[in-house]
Amino acid sequence: MEQSNTSRRDFLLTSLLTGMTAIGCSTKDPFTADAPVDVKPSGEKVKLLSVDGEVIEVDKAFLKPVPQLPSVSNAEARVGIPGKKFVMVIDLSRCKSLKKCQSACDHMHHVHSGQNWVKVYPMQDAEHTSPYWQPTICMHCDEPPCVKVCPVDATFKREDGIVLIDSDRCIGCRFCMAACPYSTRVFNWESPDTVSEELAVQPYSCESSVPQKKGTVGKCDFCPDMTRQGELPHCVAACPNGVFAFGDMNEDTVTNGSETFRFSDLIRDKAGYRLMEDLGTKPSVYYLPPVNRNFPFENKEQKAEDKKS
Amino acid sequence: MENSAKQKVIEELLPQKFGKQGKIWVGILLTLCIIGLIAYIRQLSKGLVVTAMRDYVSWGIYISNFVFFVAISLVGSLITAVLRLTDVHWSTPLTRIAEIIAVSAITFASIIIIVDMGRPDRFYNLFIHGRLQSPIVWDVIVITTYFFISLLLLYFPLLPDLQIMLRYKEKTNKWLYKLYHYLGSFWKNTAGQIKMSERAINILSVTIIPVAFSIHTVTSWLFATTYRPGWDSTNFGAYFISGAFLVGAGGVVVAMYVFRTHYKLEKYITDGHFDKMGKILVMLALLYLYFNVNEYLIPAFKMKKPEEEHLRGLFTGEFAPIFWFAVSMAMFFPILILLFKKGRKPLPAFIAGLMVVIGSWFKRYLIVTPTLLHPFLPMQDVPDSYRHYFPTWEEWAIAVGSLAGALLIITFFARIFPIIPIQETITETEQHEKA
Ligand code: SF4
Ligand code: SF4
Repeated sequence: MEQSNTSRRDFLLTSLLTGMTAIGCSTKDPFTADAPVDVKPSGEKVKLLSVDGEVIEVDKAFLKPVPQLPSVSNAEARVGIPGKKFVMVIDLSRCKSLKKCQSACDHMHHVHSGQNWVKVYPMQDAEHTSPYWQPTICMHCDEPPCVKVCPVDATFKREDGIVLIDSDRCIGCRFCMAACPYSTRVFNWESPDTVSEELAVQPYSCESSVPQKKGTVGKCDFCPDMTRQGELPHCVAACPNGVFAFGDMNEDTVTNGSETFRFSDLIRDKAGYRLMEDLGTKPSVYYLPPVNRNFPFENKEQKAEDKKS
Repeated sequence: MENSAKQKVIEELLPQKFGKQGKIWVGILLTLCIIGLIAYIRQLSKGLVVTAMRDYVSWGIYISNFVFFVAISLVGSLITAVLRLTDVHWSTPLTRIAEIIAVSAITFASIIIIVDMGRPDRFYNLFIHGRLQSPIVWDVIVITTYFFISLLLLYFPLLPDLQIMLRYKEKTNKWLYKLYHYLGSFWKNTAGQIKMSERAINILSVTIIPVAFSIHTVTSWLFATTYRPGWDSTNFGAYFISGAFLVGAGGVVVAMYVFRTHYKLEKYITDGHFDKMGKILVMLALLYLYFNVNEYLIPAFKMKKPEEEHLRGLFTGEFAPIFWFAVSMAMFFPILILLFKKGRKPLPAFIAGLMVVIGSWFKRYLIVTPTLLHPFLPMQDVPDSYRHYFPTWEEWAIAVGSLAGALLIITFFARIFPIIPIQETITETEQHEKA
């Protein structure tokens, strides 16, 4: 986690020469030639790949640090990754409410303290039914009510199934929060306390949802920035029990990092289902029922509360 | 009508300077507005965190205030358009009161919706990125249309009166004279102009009715297009409109009484007006009651699980005191008072009207907030303050400030222009005498 955090802020060395990286949501152009002219060669050479595919050597002193850049432009981020249809399978029989998913997500997206994009609900459907833990994230609905109501297209649905938010466009009307039946959206009532001044001025990327901005809405983004790098979403990677499996419906595979499953088999064999099917929102998140559980249900928070009262 | 009688009507109806009471009233309203403004500046600098709204209650009294304003503004169309088109003449002295209520309320509805926005600085996004399928965009369109039609319906009938006021130069001061001159000097009372203005007013009266229905229907759809228990209802458009006519008519009765006693207009706003408005109010209250029965009792009969919590909260739970207060203030008591002839005398009718307005404000609050506190999934993983809602002083200050602002517009309007149409009153008396 720490490691990927620093790599985010890492200098994009190659961008100086290749300039291939598109400019993100920001209006600031990070490629301007405002480097000091009186750079003295240090003698230390670095090997780089040029636009034409040739390996060239440049003196290290000529490399210029650029701020963290979104890996794709806003226009591209609105289209999505071609040919993909992302899905998540959440296995309720493996969850014991460790909330590692939650803390990883909060940390990586700099979510305001107290708020969460991943929530882990202690559920009990009826008096005599068994309680279980139910982690929820944005369902990335295929018929997303939140997208339907957004007046300015700040929240949008991509070709690859992901629902994202453009915090540079959101007007903060909170209609989407009223519309989302899964209560998954959170609002930045003030500037998030977890966003440092340094981070706050960086260009916002719809794909990483960072930095969160005052007066706009936020939610789980299925981590398309990680997917582009060939990595798993933060919650999937952080869960030690392999509760979350993420993948591509078109390839029919999902993985929790250590195990990989055929999506259709998994859903068929374990009787997968989606939440609030009756509303017609068609979520991209599937649940496997809490049968043959790995852990007994134990609600520590509730116990602590009971003791207090 | 003899000239001296005409003279008298004009003199009685010309706008009057603020007396001592008037000055105190304006002073109070201005203070409330300024406090509201200070609260808003705090909100702008700190963000919506100064409110008590949080992720579950994401809409609070700003939105209920917005719904209230839109509702009360509907009365402009009821009194001016519906009664005008059906050739009801007794309502003539009330038209301008109704129209100015409509204009000031719809102005503050727009202001309060901007106050509710997390990023008011991006308001222009609605125009450059607006998407037609969002009910918010529909609302922006119909509210703007309604505002302009109402403004014109206020302005056209004012033209002959401006002419009269220009003739009474000695009764006004320099600034007002300039204003009248600017607004109405082209009006020469020629037959052609009168005909044109009448045609225009007729066209506007016809168009304002569907637009008025739209503003409140679309406002109800902001809620009804979601899945939430308490909002997910096909009854909502009609329910909102009937409630809107009720609170608007209540507002007019209150304003009638205040103007009548303050400006000594007993001759123009007569007991008969209160009697008739009282009857209208009873009818509207019964209509609203009918929609309320539909809205609450039918879901309560079935008690679906998500609805159950919501309805129990209203009937016997957390919100029961406000619920029963609002229902009895907005419907039961006014109906009881106004059913009797004595209850339709000015003072009791005024009290009933005031009850309707106050009850309706709380009713709007009950439509917005309790639903948000009963989401489908339990409230979880949030700080304790997210589970309740009680508005902060900033929210109260802004809400009260906006109400004061609307009253201030009405007050200043009555100071500058005749609140009862002079020319129309004269014409109507003449027609009466002829008949
Ligand atoms: S879960 Fe809510 S926020 Fe996510 S796509 Fe569905 S409606 Fe939108
Ligand atoms: S809060 Fe932002 S994302 Fe949500 S509906 Fe409004 S503008 Fe769209």
